[in-house]
Amino acid sequence: MIRIEGRDKVTGRATYAAEYPVKRLAYCYPVQAEIAHGRVAGIDTTTALAMPGVLTVLSCMEPPELSPEADPELALFQRREVAYRGQFVAAVVADSYDNARAAAGAVRVAYEPASHDVRLRADHPGLYKPEKVNPDLPTDTEKGQVAAGLAAAEVTVEATYTTPATHNNPMEPHATVALWSGAGDLTLFDASQGVTYARNIVAQALGLRPERVRVVSRHVGGGFGSKGTPRPNAVLAALAARAAGRPVKVALTRHQMYDVTGYRTPTIQRIRLGADAEGRITALEHEVAEQSSTLVEFAEQTASPTRIMYATPSLRTAHRLVRLDVATPSWMRAPGECPGMFALESAMDELAVAAGLDPVELRVRNDPDAEPASGLPFSSRNLVACLREGARRFGWQDRDPAPGARRDGRRLVGTGVASSTYPARRLPSQASASIENGGYVVRIAAADIGTGARTALTRIAATALDVDPDLVRIELGDSDLPHASLAGGSMGTASWGTAVTLACQDLLRDGKHGFADTTEILRTLPNLARHAFGAQFAEVRVDADTGEVRISRMLGVFAAGHIVDATLARSQFIGGMIMGIGMALMEQTVTDLEFGGFTNRDLAQYHVPVNADIERIDAVWLDEEDDELNPMGAKGIGEIGIVGTAAAVANAVYHATGRRIRDLPITPAKLLL
Amino acid sequence: MEITLEVNGVPHTVVVDPRISLLDLLRERLELTGSKKGCDHGQCGACTVLIDGRRALSCLALAVAQEGSEITTVEGLAGDGQLHPLQAAFLEHDALQCGYCTPGQLCSAVGMLAERGPSAVTEELTGEPELTAAEIRERMSGNLCRCGAYPNIVTAIAAVAR
Ligand code: FES
Ligand code: FES
Repeated sequence: MIRIEGRDKVTGRATYAAEYPVKRLAYCYPVQAEIAHGRVAGIDTTTALAMPGVLTVLSCMEPPELSPEADPELALFQRREVAYRGQFVAAVVADSYDNARAAAGAVRVAYEPASHDVRLRADHPGLYKPEKVNPDLPTDTEKGQVAAGLAAAEVTVEATYTTPATHNNPMEPHATVALWSGAGDLTLFDASQGVTYARNIVAQALGLRPERVRVVSRHVGGGFGSKGTPRPNAVLAALAARAAGRPVKVALTRHQMYDVTGYRTPTIQRIRLGADAEGRITALEHEVAEQSSTLVEFAEQTASPTRIMYATPSLRTAHRLVRLDVATPSWMRAPGECPGMFALESAMDELAVAAGLDPVELRVRNDPDAEPASGLPFSSRNLVACLREGARRFGWQDRDPAPGARRDGRRLVGTGVASSTYPARRLPSQASASIENGGYVVRIAAADIGTGARTALTRIAATALDVDPDLVRIELGDSDLPHASLAGGSMGTASWGTAVTLACQDLLRDGKHGFADTTEILRTLPNLARHAFGAQFAEVRVDADTGEVRISRMLGVFAAGHIVDATLARSQFIGGMIMGIGMALMEQTVTDLEFGGFTNRDLAQYHVPVNADIERIDAVWLDEEDDELNPMGAKGIGEIGIVGTAAAVANAVYHATGRRIRDLPITPAKLLL
Repeated sequence: MEITLEVNGVPHTVVVDPRISLLDLLRERLELTGSKKGCDHGQCGACTVLIDGRRALSCLALAVAQEGSEITTVEGLAGDGQLHPLQAAFLEHDALQCGYCTPGQLCSAVGMLAERGPSAVTEELTGEPELTAAEIRERMSGNLCRCGAYPNIVTAIAAVAR
């Protein structure tokens, strides 16, 4: 199906957050902390206030009124303490963007700096055990005795893998336009992955009842997790509009995004893995050290995939967190699974090498009957089928396992494989369906951040109503619509689709109007392990002289339940894999140890894959039937594509060169040293 | 300062702040928000427009320097209610996801197809190079797509180039 909003997007008519035509619009530009830790001693706004077009200056010297309940990252200008470099300490409102920016540069901030600590290390004395990890998982798990399992093993692998901080970098920078009505109601045009959630959080920060806030987000230029929660721009726009007495736009710059819109925490991961002579795993341990800010505890669930991947009598996973003078890390496409599977799937490749086994065969041999950490049965699990199908399509059969043995001119050639996985969850949502003007209108406060949610939900509604999709119109992206969960955790289609299906069924019963709320239904689900699985295959060519890695072929095979729309799914899978290629080869945000914050805060220095980086890439999927998921039988597909990609590439680099790179990204320097 | 320029065939005379970029003039003053701002620093290609028929980054072009220029944005690629063949091909091949890079990709592709001469990946430097997939990838690498729609973008452009 052609994307419903596709025509609006190719003609430039689709309206993103910063683009709503609003009369008397003013512009707000933030001033950012220049120290990593300490206190604002004073702010001189005299020059700024005298500059052309300036309406007002907000700052932590005169804290604007906010609720004490505000999330600490959204509690703008409430305290003079600086928690990280780049935090907003003031903001200028002016009649034009250029005037606001110029005046922001003229705001003089004096600091009382304190010493800062921004470096994550595995032996940091501040590491502690958080109570739980994102989203609500146990921090540690333990089954059997890892020490005994390792002692009984024929082959063991013990290694430390590290992943750097990375940034989501959606192409659309975070932006908000805020308008207050005379009665004190607030409307925000915001770049948001979930308008209901955004409305509630912004209302909480401002101390308003949620009904007084409306968040509209009809088109979103990508998010990948970074727009899952409202960012400071949303609250800043509201405060600035209140102070200026007119509508205000805050459009973050790409540089500012690096500081205040979240990022993936760097991780240090230690894996211990043992297997018997046949390659059957006897012990598996995955310990993670990662960071959060001093403001908010965000503990990424990095070791969580290790709890579900392979059969083993002894299994231990553990997360430790340290609070540093850094911005709060947050969700970035497949938090947990993505960095965790780089470590686990690299270690599995090392185990295959150590045991003299084919890496596909090793994974097949260790496929579990039930979820290893919990013992729960799987609703469906087709990892083995993905590996076998991928091996067949990729031409894996004739692979010579010897590393560094194939050359094509200057280039060393190798292939690698890794598994992927991602949970299939749902969150409560509501939807309504009605007959209007001879067609069907379905309303839900869902978000289309590029996933094709409008199109997928249209199909789902049409199926439930048994009508042509052309007769169905979906309204989404507005918090005045029936409340919905966010576009995150690969839960959108499953969560919203359930509500939409039930609302359509209700409409069929009622004849005029239907409504559904899935809150109760989701409470009484059978306890099962629900996950999507996949296998990723990569072929790399490594320039022996320069260390440049090119990915000449990449294939992903996925088992993700019923695929609602083949075109959208393929784009999502491949998009995830391409982001995974970025993670493997180029993406890293470097912490500035001297001054705090990040050193490379733009797209010239933070490299993401470009068109020329992507040669042959394909994604396919298996037919998978699973009645234990949702009315569509679908598992989420937005994130699994990035999971395992980096390990497949790293394993292929090992096969090509004999060099095992355990520290992402795999830059030429690491291969040449 | 007052300037006169033509945007999508329509002449505009505007008084502009000398600091304003062509991109901000389009987006903030002329209500032409089809051109996107992804970085404002010439690093992403989202703001690509055609200036006198050539693709250019409108965030790096000062509005005051555009006196007498003919600008084409994504809104002006085709007549009212029509689609440019590239717009139709992008739809057909699902060469977009969030759509934020799309106007830049489209303007860039229109400009690219009109260009002549070799690129960094052209092997045979005499004669007009054939527009292979590798050539399209190379020539479109100034336009980032974080959604990773690259393979479909190449397919769509190749379909029109043929
Ligand atoms: S906005 Fe002009 S290149 Fe990014
Ligand atoms: S379609 Fe989202 S950035 Fe290209």
